[in-house]
This record gives sequence, structure tokens and C-alpha cells, in this order.
Amino acid sequence: MSEEHLKATIKAITGRFSLQESDLMKYPPTLVARPEQIVEISQVLRDEFGFNFLCELTAVDYWPEEEPRFNMIYGYYSHANNSRMAIRVPLNGDNPSIHTIEGVYPGANWHEREVWDMFGIKFEGHSDLRRILNPSDWEGHPLRKDYPLGYEEPQFTFNFDEIDKRKHHGRYEEA
Amino acid sequence: MAEPLEIDYPELKHLVSERALKGETVLLNMGPQHPSTHGVLRLLLELDGEVVVNCIPDIGFLHTGIEKNMEAKRWELAEVMTDRTDYLNNTGNNLAYCLAIEKLADLDVPPRAQAVRVILVELERIASHLVYLGSQALDLAAQSIFLYAFRERESIMDIKELCSGQRMMTTYFRPGGLWRDIPVDFEIAVRRFLRMFPGRIKQYETILTKNPIWLDRTRNIGKISSEQAIAMSLSGPVLRATGVPYDVRKAQPYSGYEQYDFNIPTGTHGDVYDRYLVRMEEMRQSLRIIQQALDILPYGPFRSNNRKYVPPPRAELGTSMEAVIHHFKLWTEGFKVPKGAVYLPVESPRGELGYYLESNGGNQPYRIHMRTSAFLLIQALPILAKGHLVSDLVAIIASVDPVLGDSDR
Repeated sequence: MSEEHLKATIKAITGRFSLQESDLMKYPPTLVARPEQIVEISQVLRDEFGFNFLCELTAVDYWPEEEPRFNMIYGYYSHANNSRMAIRVPLNGDNPSIHTIEGVYPGANWHEREVWDMFGIKFEGHSDLRRILNPSDWEGHPLRKDYPLGYEEPQFTFNFDEIDKRKHHGRYEEA
Repeated sequence: MAEPLEIDYPELKHLVSERALKGETVLLNMGPQHPSTHGVLRLLLELDGEVVVNCIPDIGFLHTGIEKNMEAKRWELAEVMTDRTDYLNNTGNNLAYCLAIEKLADLDVPPRAQAVRVILVELERIASHLVYLGSQALDLAAQSIFLYAFRERESIMDIKELCSGQRMMTTYFRPGGLWRDIPVDFEIAVRRFLRMFPGRIKQYETILTKNPIWLDRTRNIGKISSEQAIAMSLSGPVLRATGVPYDVRKAQPYSGYEQYDFNIPTGTHGDVYDRYLVRMEEMRQSLRIIQQALDILPYGPFRSNNRKYVPPPRAELGTSMEAVIHHFKLWTEGFKVPKGAVYLPVESPRGELGYYLESNGGNQPYRIHMRTSAFLLIQALPILAKGHLVSDLVAIIASVDPVLGDSDR
């Protein structure tokens, strides 16, 4: 039952939005979509195919690659048919934006705030786009791959000045 | 007429009602250091007298950057950090992480390891529900239950210590099986627990289930409809209390759950009382699963024989050159997981716990995201709390059973 429903859904969605299957995702079955399609796809999945439950919303950073630099991952689950599928959306550029799906799945609100906080992906039309896990005055977006983990680079005589220039002095001077 | 209240945070103005801006309602901070917020949850409450008009949750006080840290560690070293996210469901987190890796790498898990995993995860579910029960009762001023619940939790901790040497942060499950085989005393200890615990559940229910004060404080409090709960992506006991029988263990079985016979308890009203009843029944069902898993517990290897992922037995190192090479490779650079991504959900005591894992073919995870239930449960708190008294809000927070380590990661 669930297998057939999933196959039918994927076939219908692929045809209607001219999508491709993702070869990266092993589980669940995944389609790759363009950013401007995501709200419509979510709407169709929820209303026509019974995917009433948003089970996952997150992003991946592929820095230093620029096109696509980010991928958004949306996971859907259908309670009625017990099937699960996902949509991946590649995003280009350093400061991308995508439309929010909060209007379709209200539970996406905090997930999108988390992605904004951690990756700096803007959600157009979001009702409350504030940082969620980091303090509101935090600089940068920590889960980007060009964001350092936080340890100090070891300075030797030959590269002391070079690393010194890169260091963030603000917080020491304030203290 | 009170003085207009100045809101310190301009970015919060769109979240409170018009009346707060005029000074007709009071803004009050609850937490982050408040004993009934279960950790470091801060709630900004807008109060009209004692009635909650608005509730704005603020999380992140326990954010430790676990996802970022895991990206800088090898697969097998990153596992210890999964224990630290949901600290009431350590083995469950390990299970989700190991299952995701096994899915990515097509790694087999022997039946013995699967059964032991199920036993430990179900014990952990009981332990987590006991903490829920104790803190829910404590927040409603029934203090004796807290002591009873923690007494029983102690025997589960002892079983975990027996297996792994650790009471909480076990890291006992490894990709491909277990860290080591269970000790001989394990079965005796679990069976002793199985004999003792049903009577204890009866004790709790005698004290609480028909207690008029308990009924007054929990019925019709914090109601949510099933449509709303699904729209807010809620899962676990909170969703099941509204009548939706969604449980990942039944819906999409993993680790051999399909061979066990158990029921999914559901409620009808979706209030605090139904969540309590659902969790009590879930503890009984967990006992049934443990009983069945112990009865069929097969003999055989406790971890996979795939030497690319699982270290060889110590005894082989003296006789086999290959074993030495595998051992050396695993301890110096770890194992490599083939390129790919996977989203794998399991059922934690709080609901669907999903791990999104992405590998670029290296020996470190490229991206890990944990879809945790506590995050979404706290998001739904404003819906649950609206229109209730502050003293009922305490009951509502306890009833969704949030673990801040789980939501903040």
C-alpha cells in the first residue's frame, strides 16, 4: 500500500514539476527541486498526496563550491499512507534566500529559524525570523563550512604576524 | 491604569498582543533558572492577572554546538556526542546514529546485537518516562512519586552500568553491533526488573490515576487537537494522546521491532491527563517488548564481521597479520563511509528522533542534523499554554517532557 502510494506520488510530482531523482540520498526517496517551486510542491504534497507531516527541514553547506553552495532538505511523512519522502533544493551564492513553507506547515517556523541562525539562508515571508540557538548579537553563521570551529591557530615565529592580523581582537579589548 | 510597560526587546514587539504595548498586561520572565522549566528553558509570559495571554519560548541556553563538533570528529568518535544531546535517552540516540551509519554503509547487524539493542532502548524508555512521571508529579506537588520513580530508575541505571560501565553516557552501541557482549548477569538483572516493575506501576497508578487533586490539575489542561499537533510536527506521546497512533516502531520498524508483539496506546482528549495515561501504558508495553526480546535472545556474534568497520577480536591480533592491519587502520584513521545521505527516524521517548547524515566518502561526517522532538514540542508550548493559569503552565511544561539538551544540541 505504502510502496504503491509512494511510487505514484513520485511519478506524479516528477512529471508535474519536471524534477529529477537525487542519487545522493539513500533513504528516503528524494527529488531535486528548484527554489521557486518549494512552496507549491509542499502544498501539492500535503493536499493531494496526504503528506501531512513535515518530519525534517535542514540544510547543508558545500563551501568552497559556489553553485550550488547550499542544499535545503525537506522531509515529508504521510500518516495515512505510512510513506516518507524528501525534497532537496540546491541554492546558489553566499547569501541565498528561499520562500518560507511556514504557511503550509506551521511547524516549519522554528526549523527555518534554526537554518537562518546556523547557515544564514533567508526565508522570505517568514513571520519571525530571529536567531534561535545563538544569542541575537552573534556574528556569523556557525554551521557554514568557512566558519572556524573555535580553536586558536598555533603561531610560530615565521607566521606570527600573519595569524595575528586574522585574530579577532574585539572581545579581548572590551574585557 | 498601570504605567505603559517598556519592552526591552524591539524584535519581540510583533509577538506580544496590543494590550501589552498599552501596559494592560504584564510581561514576566519564567526561567531560564526556574526549577519547573526542566533545564534552562526561558519563557517570556504575557499575563493578564494570572492567565497566560501569550507565551514566547526562548531556547539556546544549552546550545553546545554538537553538530559542528561532530563534523570535526571521526565517525566513531563523534558517537560519544550523541549521548550528550538527549541525556534521558542516551542509548536511543546511539541507536539512531548507528542505524543511520549502517544504512549508509550497508552494514549488517547480527540478531543478538539487535535484540540487546531493543532491550536497552526499551529500558531507557521506561527510565525516561519515570523521570517524566516524577517531575510531573513533583511540579504538581506530589513529592513521594518523585522518590519512588527515581528509586526504580536506579535499577535501570545499574543494568546499563553492568553492560557498559557507565550509568548514563554509555556509547554501548557501535556501528555494526555492540561495544562488547552482554555480561552473564545481564539476563538475571533484567528479569529481576521485569518481575519487580509491574507492581510498581500499579503503586503509582493507585496514588495518582484516580486521585481527585491529580484529576483536577491535569484534565482539560493543555489541550491540542490531532490536526494541530500534526501541523506543528509533534510526535510521540503528545501526538498519541490526541488519538493518532503514530509510532515509528510500528510504522517503519527498525532493529527487529517487527518480530515483537506490542500495542500503541492512544488517548482521546490530548490533555495533560491523557499524556500521563499514554506514558503509563507505554511503560507496560515496553515491559512486554523486553520480555519477548529476552525470551528469543539468540546466541551468536554481538557485532558484524565486516572488518572495514568493526575491529577484529583481540585474540586474532596475535595470529593474523590482516587483523593487525585492520586494527591499525581503524585506530589511526577510522572507517570511511561511502558518499551519500540518509534521513533515519527512530522512536525516542519524546517522539520521532531523526538523524540526517551526510558523508562525502571520508572518515568524518560531512553534515549531521538531529531532528529532535523536544525542539518541536517547545515550539508548540504557546498553543498549549494559551488561556491557562501560570500554575497550569507548570503542569503543561512537565507534560510535554522537554529535554533542553535535546532541543538545543
